[in-house]
Amino acid sequence: MSDHARIEPSAARRPTVTLPSAATEPPAGRRARRLPAIGFGLGAVGFGVSGLLAGDGARFYASYLVAWLFATSIALGGLFFVLLHHATRAGWSAVLRRLAEHLAATMPLLALLFVPVALGLERLYPWARPEAAADPLLAAKSAWLEPGFFLARAAVVLGAWSLLAWWFRRRSLAQDATGDPAISRRLKALAAPALIVFGLTLTVGAFDWIMSLEPHWYSTIFGVYFFAGSVVAVFATLILLALAARPVLGEVVTAEHFHDLGKLLFAFVVFWAYIAFSQFMLIWYGNLPEETLWYAHRTGPGWEGATVALAAGHFVLPFFFLLSRAVKRRAPTLVAGAVWMLAMHYLDLYWLVMPSLDPAGLRPHALDAATLVAVVGFGAGAFGLLMRRRALVPVRDPRLPESLSFENV
Amino acid sequence: MSGERTLWGLLAEFTTPDRLVVACRGVRDAGYARWDAHTPFPVHGLDAAMGVRRSPVGWFVLGLGLAGAAGGMLLQWWVSTTAYPLVISGKPLFSWPAFVPIMFECGVLGGATGAVLGFLLLSRLPRPFHPLFASERFERVSDDRFFISIEAADPRFDRQATEALLGRLGAEHVEPVETGGGAAGARARGER
Repeated sequence: MSDHARIEPSAARRPTVTLPSAATEPPAGRRARRLPAIGFGLGAVGFGVSGLLAGDGARFYASYLVAWLFATSIALGGLFFVLLHHATRAGWSAVLRRLAEHLAATMPLLALLFVPVALGLERLYPWARPEAAADPLLAAKSAWLEPGFFLARAAVVLGAWSLLAWWFRRRSLAQDATGDPAISRRLKALAAPALIVFGLTLTVGAFDWIMSLEPHWYSTIFGVYFFAGSVVAVFATLILLALAARPVLGEVVTAEHFHDLGKLLFAFVVFWAYIAFSQFMLIWYGNLPEETLWYAHRTGPGWEGATVALAAGHFVLPFFFLLSRAVKRRAPTLVAGAVWMLAMHYLDLYWLVMPSLDPAGLRPHALDAATLVAVVGFGAGAFGLLMRRRALVPVRDPRLPESLSFENV
Repeated sequence: MSGERTLWGLLAEFTTPDRLVVACRGVRDAGYARWDAHTPFPVHGLDAAMGVRRSPVGWFVLGLGLAGAAGGMLLQWWVSTTAYPLVISGKPLFSWPAFVPIMFECGVLGGATGAVLGFLLLSRLPRPFHPLFASERFERVSDDRFFISIEAADPRFDRQATEALLGRLGAEHVEPVETGGGAAGARARGER
């Protein structure tokens, strides 16, 4: 219960919701129990196929980086959801927090899955190649863009995310056992500094892993751009997960929660467009060669179709689709929007990475699919393992009653 | 103003928001159409208890918002290509990316205007006087009391039956509200 909720809704206005026993106990459904096996199985197949198709590796590393960023951005979005929930003492979202905690807690595995990116540094990043020393701009940036330092930063960034995700999930699970409200207060106090760490490390990650693919180019807003896409992805994922858990959760996750997830998805679709356009317009207006080259690669022949598709598919269409209240309160339409936004998020990351490595044009490759199955499969497997033997909602969270009876006005 | 005093409706007073919500369900289920609830602060679940439909004000926002965005872009297009063509930093006369922020702001302005105008229109505001102002007890609606008013113009309205219903629904106090001449006029003139 929020401290600001002075006037308590009483029994007359609050429909009594009791947790179905299935929600307080570990998910017993066959689907949930099989998820680790299915996820890791698919992931292993994905890695196997990727290995067979990899050849000289040039395309493998590019495809793998996109796939890894896709899975990592969702876990990262999950971490943001958990931190924001605690920092703002959010009541409505308590029933969804456990799903986000599990999502975020896949981060240690994803940190491990960064290893192939580290192995492909020279393939992916021009600054990591020996000829970079001859480039005056890259020579000037060599103190930062240097393989050893790059990997150390990645370790710190991924380590910080893993630690935060693990700790917030651990304390939340401890509260399941004790019901101690002090845990909520502690996590609230911790969430604000954690969000600062989150913002700084996210910027470092986005600059290093994506922006430095074209190391001449720079855009200070780039971290925020990556953040916006990640949050879109996590709300889409949470919608799908909450719906998948509905047979177990019953009426615990109501149309009201889906409505709010839909509203936040809509809000971050708009935020993404706002950031994307802010970045584009300033570079277009300034018209400096170092900056425009990045957009020249994406609006020139071969990639202009993808750029238009991204603007239309990641903003214009979902803006009008998600605008309606009814769309956000009905499961089939909201799921359609969520699946669409996840696909668009993949396109977004693809569009960020691929034109830098392959300016000639959009050329889909079987490795794109294989690496995506590999990383997302492993992520889903880890999610399944984390979910096992755990309640699907934070059963003794002091804000749970507020979340259960939450209604949009 | 003089003339016949006519019954405008009944005003029922409740002490807590919960009792009000319960009573609203009762009035709704009894089939009344011309009635309203009055509270000092927003009460969760009141809309559902009253059976209020979704407000169509969003359509005003959408319509005026899109019109504002389109108008903003058209204005800039006309100014920079026709009325006062000026080459700026070597860019085409119709440089749409530069116009998007203004278009966006015009869209926001249109949407906000639509929300305000739509709200005023649908609530039939501004309305400087209302028969309920005649009730002294009604002053506490901005403090700590909760009210239901049922208009005499409602087809189901019946002085005795409606009053009995409100009593059964837990009203602390039920009083008739009249218009014209007497009480309302006196209150309007500031006489107690």
